[in-house]
Amino acid sequence: MSGRVLVGVKRVIDYAVKIRVKADNTGVVTDGVKHSMNPFCEIAVEEAVKLKEKKLVKEVVAVSCGPQQSQETIRTALAMGADRGIHVEVSGKDYETLGPLQVSKIMAALAKKEDAQLIILGKQAIDDDCNQTGQMTAALLDWPQGTFASEVTLDGDKIKVVREIDGGLETIKINTPAVLTADLRLNTPRYATLPNIMKAKKKKIANVKPADLGVNLTSRLEVLKVEDPPQRQAGMKVETVEDLVGKLKEAGKV
Amino acid sequence: MSALFKARKVIDFCLHGSRSLSQLAELPETHQLLRQTCRDFADRELAPIAAKLDKEHFYPAKQVKELGAMGVMAIEVPEELGGAGMDYLAYSLAMEEISRGCASTGVVVSVNNSLYIGPILKFGTEEQKKQWISPFTAGDKVGCFALSEPGNGSDAGAASTTAHQDGEEWVLNGTKAWITNCWDASATVVFATTDKKLKHKGISAFLIPMPHPGLSLGKKEDKLGIKASSTANIILEDCRIPLNNMLGPRGAGFKIAMQTLDSGRIGIASQALGIAQASLDCAADYAHKRTAFGAPIGKLQAIQFKLADMAVAIESARLLTWKASLLRDAKKAFTKEAAMAKLAASEAATFCSHQAIQILGGMGYVTDMPAERHYRDARITEIYEGTSEIQRLVIAGQILKEYQS
Repeated sequence: MSGRVLVGVKRVIDYAVKIRVKADNTGVVTDGVKHSMNPFCEIAVEEAVKLKEKKLVKEVVAVSCGPQQSQETIRTALAMGADRGIHVEVSGKDYETLGPLQVSKIMAALAKKEDAQLIILGKQAIDDDCNQTGQMTAALLDWPQGTFASEVTLDGDKIKVVREIDGGLETIKINTPAVLTADLRLNTPRYATLPNIMKAKKKKIANVKPADLGVNLTSRLEVLKVEDPPQRQAGMKVETVEDLVGKLKEAGKV
Repeated sequence: MSALFKARKVIDFCLHGSRSLSQLAELPETHQLLRQTCRDFADRELAPIAAKLDKEHFYPAKQVKELGAMGVMAIEVPEELGGAGMDYLAYSLAMEEISRGCASTGVVVSVNNSLYIGPILKFGTEEQKKQWISPFTAGDKVGCFALSEPGNGSDAGAASTTAHQDGEEWVLNGTKAWITNCWDASATVVFATTDKKLKHKGISAFLIPMPHPGLSLGKKEDKLGIKASSTANIILEDCRIPLNNMLGPRGAGFKIAMQTLDSGRIGIASQALGIAQASLDCAADYAHKRTAFGAPIGKLQAIQFKLADMAVAIESARLLTWKASLLRDAKKAFTKEAAMAKLAASEAATFCSHQAIQILGGMGYVTDMPAERHYRDARITEIYEGTSEIQRLVIAGQILKEYQS
């Protein structure tokens, strides 16, 4: 199978940053906070670049939906080896309510426009932990999906995917075109090399508006409140199992 | 020419014309991406092991190889020779971020880039570049720079290591001291006198592979800081090398050394910036968390004034370092600025690491926090590649020249 791979990359708050809730409880503080590529998206990009290096795909296109700053995330993907980028410009109120449903509609539209044969996404983003975009995109396109992938093998016009599931590992074989979502152990993303950082400067990033793709960004969800998780209370020690059962009964847990 | 094309040409011209100024205010996109990449590498691969590397005096071979794969071990080297083909501003940014994670790894990168590859790139023949630079770009081989001797450091012109010709070979005799990287190196640039009567004009530069008959290493120095990099004597006893192992013309050694050190100073200034920044990071974080007298200590003016002074010292030294890099990249004279950068940055590193321990109090004195390691790592930056005293002499010399009527 040769052809085009779309890789979704999301700009999120860096994993090492301590998240703070905004004073008005409408969301988390993002101003002046360090952002970077979602770690699972890094793994997705790495997998796509590896497929290209093995000459199993022809072109890797990095896609990001968001404001101007999303271009930095696309640039990082280009520095890792993606061939070109598509920045779907979403800002302001639309960006605040942007979620998996809207993004998957965008990805589906782009897949058709770009004649993509493979879409690789991270399994979830570390800010909303939705774990929905890959699945929704596949459904909208009526394509098979290999989610939570820890191993991907292209075999003619089929793909063998080893998936991480609660019970262990599940191996499936799906037809192409398909959607894959990357799990943690799929690969170890490379650091961009300096020469590739230089080359990334010359690679093209196209600008697209959701309206051009015929996508309606209206959200069906409304965020009511965002608050800190409750402070962890101190536990207590008990001497015997009987004591433990007694305490649990008292607390109405059993 | 369409109007749009003309407009773009004008914009390009303006941007390039004012390149130096705008770059001091905000780095170009490639450099921002480079800085972020190096910072991520330092945060994930170096900072978590830095304390262990320091405690065990362990050379970070794996990380140096990874840096080589990224192109960081040969930043200025053209791509055809295996390098990254970037400029000195990129080198300075990479050095600062790496040193912020681990100062020892920083010095390994600096010595390889500026002191070993630097002079060969500038003064070597095409053949020498292929033989002595290309294998040293991937991080599996590093080089070192042997100028100082037990009898002379600052007084580099008084070199007593000798080189005399014997048939088709040079024979070197003498001892070099304080050589960084030597126990982990695969080659060295060595300075020896070929004509004692010509004093500093009689010094020449040579390339010696390591190991090599006639070249032996002294015991590793047990240093206060940058413990993961090796430092020792290089002893030359009838060390024989082919005639074409001479680097540059005969008698040009002193000039080669001084010009090499000019660039090396930007590298060390950047290392010092990294250490200073790491100290500030540590202190500012602690100021948020530690409470005393009922509030975080960051609320106290005494602590605030320290943090402000640290930040000013770092930012001013950083701008000096970037200016020196930009001048060098523009092929303009940069000796004075490089010396100023090294002086300012190394004094900022010792100041910031000192204040960081003060802010951390007792916690700053124990190995649980990195502040004590920054304090020990910072100290050498005021000494090697030209002591602060020598930097002052260089700067004064330049100033007096400027004011000569």
